[in-house]
Amino acid sequence: MGKSKISVIIAREFAIRVKKKSFIFTTLLTPLLFAALMVVPSLIAMYSEGEEGLKVCVVDESGIVMPYMESDSEVTFTEVTDRSIEELKGDFDNLDAFAVVGISTLDSSRNVSVVTYSKKQMNMDLQSRISRNVESAVEENKLKGYGIPQLEQIMADVESDVKLSTYTLDEKGGEKASKVEIFMVIGYIGSFLIYMFIFMFGSMVMRSVIEEKTTRIIEVIVSSVKPFQIMMGKILGVASVALVQFFIWIVFTLLIVTVAGSALGLNDAAQTMAAASPEIPVDQITAAVQSEGDSFLQALRDINYVQIIGCFIIYFVLGYLLYSSMFAAVGAAVDNEADTQQLVLPITMPLIIGLFMMLHTFQYPDSTLSFWGSVIPFTSPMVMMARIAYGVPAWELALSVGLLAVTFVGMAYLSGKIYRVGILMYGKKPGWKDIYKWLKY
Amino acid sequence: MGIITCEKITKKFGDFTALNAVSLDIPKGKIFGLLGPNGAGKTTLIRIINQITLPDSGTLLFNGEPIRPEAVECIGYLPEERGLYKKMKVGEQAIYLARLKGMDTRQATRELKEWFVKFNIQGWWDKKVEELSKGMAQKIQFITTVMHRPQLLILDEPFSGFDPVNVNLIRKEILAMREAGTTIILSTHNMESVEELCDNIALINKSNLIVSGGVDEIRRRYGNNHVEVIYRGTEPVALADAPARVVSDSEYKGNRRAVLDVEKDATNAEILGELIKGNDIVSYQELIPRMNDIFIKLVTNN
Repeated sequence: MGKSKISVIIAREFAIRVKKKSFIFTTLLTPLLFAALMVVPSLIAMYSEGEEGLKVCVVDESGIVMPYMESDSEVTFTEVTDRSIEELKGDFDNLDAFAVVGISTLDSSRNVSVVTYSKKQMNMDLQSRISRNVESAVEENKLKGYGIPQLEQIMADVESDVKLSTYTLDEKGGEKASKVEIFMVIGYIGSFLIYMFIFMFGSMVMRSVIEEKTTRIIEVIVSSVKPFQIMMGKILGVASVALVQFFIWIVFTLLIVTVAGSALGLNDAAQTMAAASPEIPVDQITAAVQSEGDSFLQALRDINYVQIIGCFIIYFVLGYLLYSSMFAAVGAAVDNEADTQQLVLPITMPLIIGLFMMLHTFQYPDSTLSFWGSVIPFTSPMVMMARIAYGVPAWELALSVGLLAVTFVGMAYLSGKIYRVGILMYGKKPGWKDIYKWLKY
Repeated sequence: MGIITCEKITKKFGDFTALNAVSLDIPKGKIFGLLGPNGAGKTTLIRIINQITLPDSGTLLFNGEPIRPEAVECIGYLPEERGLYKKMKVGEQAIYLARLKGMDTRQATRELKEWFVKFNIQGWWDKKVEELSKGMAQKIQFITTVMHRPQLLILDEPFSGFDPVNVNLIRKEILAMREAGTTIILSTHNMESVEELCDNIALINKSNLIVSGGVDEIRRRYGNNHVEVIYRGTEPVALADAPARVVSDSEYKGNRRAVLDVEKDATNAEILGELIKGNDIVSYQELIPRMNDIFIKLVTNN
């Protein structure tokens, strides 16, 4: 009997939320947003590659800079020798150029000054590229001026070429390419999402408890079902809403990305990347695709997404269960939402502490603080998510998940007691003392 | 043995005693009035019967056996503070509440449609509760309380918020349910409806049971054993050998009205037999106090 009634409650809690326009809206539109975030940068990258490079006209009065102005697919530097920079500037519209660059003659200390004119704002990339080229021209020219014999050999020798490759050793002694930036981003996004969703769905439970209390329907319902079952039914109903939403998000995002990807003919790397990692922001992916870094791609491929998404779901569900039972108790204790401020403090504090620990953890995943933060139940959902991409020993994961589950059971018991008394109490705003007393009724 | 038997039920909230060793027997198939001033402990007792709250001590028997959790399906409860989900549609909501009482969806739908026809509100099925007036919502709530055909119906101020037409409708339904064998606990401050509807009552004041029993019996018990005689004539009433004494005797709308204090065990036949010898009697009636007066007397004396 009890079981079938709790399923009736879960079904209602699920149905009323899923039928809401706002739910349908966010559930269907968010994947579009995710997909757009993934596809659009790749598209931009693709189209900007297809475009003809920017044409830049250079008037090199110094005579030393032009050899250093290397053209590539993005920018073409063209030397103009028959006209002065002033003339070019005056005739800009007929030049079909993005910008004109004037380089002065060498001054007494063998420096040059550079002036550029363009109709549109020149981006930082191009600016720094021009100044870098000019600087190296001037530097080498100066060095040559010292008349050092065998200068070219010395320069070639001095030029340093240190490659830093970071690998972390896994338990089997194998190596895997490590890219701390990717882990940081995964950790940051994963734990921030957990924080956000626990807050969002937890306060959804709280508001729903308050609604039943203020409309007074709760008294009718407790005459049919045990308060603990009502509370758990509500918590599980909202949890199923969250999981269905995640599921739709992931499936739809993959679907849209795949369809849009093949329709637009994006390159394979971006597609597989995007498909494998709905959690990873796209600028990271496109950065990886665009940048020549093979090890970066390698690192992205090496990440165990199944493990990360699996852990995300487990930590979200357990963390949500723990916190939402506390949210439910607070909702039961008050008469209206305005009164919750004082009582939600012990809920929001550990959540926020967890968030701060996470900020530390994704830089120092193996510190003592990170270890304890990822084991202590109230912060573990956030902190462990920050560590997970770096690889966490199985026993730590088991300990952390186990503790979280046990704490949830204990918290649900206590919250149930507060809930049972609170839902029938009206009038006076309860303080900590009252709530402590309710535990003993 | 009644449907509900309370044996020395005590409930404390911290230092506050809400119910102090209350023993009650609620007979089956009758309407039982649960009376008492605000804060006396009525709601606590109702919640204990509903198994919302557990008593600290004492036992609660349902049909002669210690009450079990399943009993909630045999009980219908209309709390004083009414409430429904505002955003939920009427039909959907009623089915939900019925399912929580153990009905299945089909059964609940069939039963509900009948009630909607009976109350002539078929058009409300797909309306949201927030679109209904207060009285309309009360009707829906009444239906959701009774639709699973409970053996025991607990109604807390069932008439409040209804217009006279609907009060009549609800009263008719309550009486019809008693005819069908349902036991009804009626908690109300409206003493007229207690006199009119209730077979038995219990009065609770300051956590204690003050009095319980049949309504007529209690009214007699708290009466002064007075009778009123109206007769034609100009002379004071002739008592002859009647076992009574005159309390007052005066002109009354062209006739005379005498109030007699009757000896405890005298029957009406005895008194009338004597009175009829010397008086032209128009009417004769026992002066039993109104429930209202008994309520006020008992509550203020305590």
